[in-house]
Amino acid sequence: MMPAMSAADIAPTPYAWEIRATGLKVRVGRKRMAVDGLDLSLGTGVHGLLGPNGAGKTTLIRALATVLRPAEGTLELLGESAGGTGEHRALRRRIGYLPQEFGYYKRFTVREFVEYMAWLKEVPKADIPGAVQRAVERVGLADRAEERMKALSGGMVRRVGIAQAIVNDPSILLLDEPTAGLDPAQRLRFRELLQELGADTCVVVSTHLVEDVAAACSDVVLFAEGRLVFQGTPDELAAAGGPEHVGDSPLERGYSALLLNPEQTRGTW
Amino acid sequence: MSVEHASTRIIDCYARGLDGTDLTADEVWAVEAHLEACRVCRERLAAAVAMQAPGVAALVGNVWAGLEPRLGAPVARRRYRSVRLSSWLTPAMVPWLGMVVSVALLALLLDLVGGGYGFGSGRVSLVLLLAPVLPVLGVAASWSQGLDPAYELTASVPRAGLQLVLRRTASVLAVVVPALLVGGWATGVPGVTAAQWLLPCLAFTSTTLALGGVVGVTRAAVAVVVVWAGVVVAPTVVASRATFALQTGGLAVWGLVLTLGIGVVIARRGAYSVLGAHR
Repeated sequence: MMPAMSAADIAPTPYAWEIRATGLKVRVGRKRMAVDGLDLSLGTGVHGLLGPNGAGKTTLIRALATVLRPAEGTLELLGESAGGTGEHRALRRRIGYLPQEFGYYKRFTVREFVEYMAWLKEVPKADIPGAVQRAVERVGLADRAEERMKALSGGMVRRVGIAQAIVNDPSILLLDEPTAGLDPAQRLRFRELLQELGADTCVVVSTHLVEDVAAACSDVVLFAEGRLVFQGTPDELAAAGGPEHVGDSPLERGYSALLLNPEQTRGTW
Repeated sequence: MSVEHASTRIIDCYARGLDGTDLTADEVWAVEAHLEACRVCRERLAAAVAMQAPGVAALVGNVWAGLEPRLGAPVARRRYRSVRLSSWLTPAMVPWLGMVVSVALLALLLDLVGGGYGFGSGRVSLVLLLAPVLPVLGVAASWSQGLDPAYELTASVPRAGLQLVLRRTASVLAVVVPALLVGGWATGVPGVTAAQWLLPCLAFTSTTLALGGVVGVTRAAVAVVVVWAGVVVAPTVVASRATFALQTGGLAVWGLVLTLGIGVVIARRGAYSVLGAHR
């Protein structure tokens, strides 16, 4: 029988934005400020994070996952302050994170690894098998759930990473380059999954592929040299570019139009 | 309190389905909500379906016929690594703990064969010399990002922080301390009591954890090993007898260091939930 809705599910949300950053500065290493004064507000939906390499996208996603502490500025996740030095346990139970360098234990099977991650994310013990089965089915690995991870191809390993990120039904989902290594059919399936998830979750996807952004994202955030350059829908990004800009598609032209900076001293290659 | 059940007419109309139903939308909604909770009416519905909707009954029969043979087949038993074991030891820790136990046993063997390190009357047990540094290697293996491929995911979960630190340290000590107990008891070199190596052992462990939260576990482990070489090994080699640090007089200092280390770890409990500690 269907489970009844709990009071927590239908309670109104007391916050306006799932992710809200004001003047955020995050340091990498000893000196470099990878995120330099960022003001960002993200609500429910799929947000694509675009930017050149070295712009600080991975540092920003790590700061949103509370894995790096910000040096200055405020960061509010789900209405709670996330910048302090505490452990943020209650907050992390509602966050799902897939890092760019997804490390895993080769001798674990898919199911064992996702169960281990579910345990680490403090999913209630009785719910772990059901949650793992749902996560594995959603990414399309149900028939390979008993295989060891060292026997899987690169794209399947990425899908296991996505499964462990959604196993605790998070309200914020942070994916750092999730489509790396997926073939075109898997990317299509992944875009459908993103659209399903974006209906009630705040999903932040950092990607290099502009067509992923066009197809799946409701909102595009352009990020360069630690600062926000543009935030809006993909159509607005395409409208910013004209025929004189470099690019094969309207979105690519808009991207190069906004990032073209004659005073830029660092090379783009 | 008697519960009102759905009438037979409503249940028959519901069983007939979408074609030819004369139920309004709110009646459908009400009977579905009632059926979710009431098993008496569910049984009545099952009987009504058999009579009113033979097509549905035939479909259900087909599905059962397809499923029955698969239900009876025995499930292949696989070797299943339960979450319980991985919650105490990561796969990266296991070979290092094995190495630590081997080193302890080797030290015991050398003690039994050679009678301890040193010349003349002052002999120092090798087990006593090595005891403080063995759990440091285990702690470094639990947290170092070079050894643990899933370090970033581990740092990002709710359970990271004090809970995971205590679990993994407890499992390291649960492996190392019994090995050292056996070594300390079986060694033939005199002057080795349990307190003499247990307190330095625990003090070094808590110092590595405390320092690791500040500068990163690998650097902390290297620093602690250097301190061990300087404070414990070098004076023993130079003086050819057990140093003050290993004798009963130095135990108070070790106790103080242990308390300080534990205090720092508890005060900075958020240190193991960020990436800095894994370096």
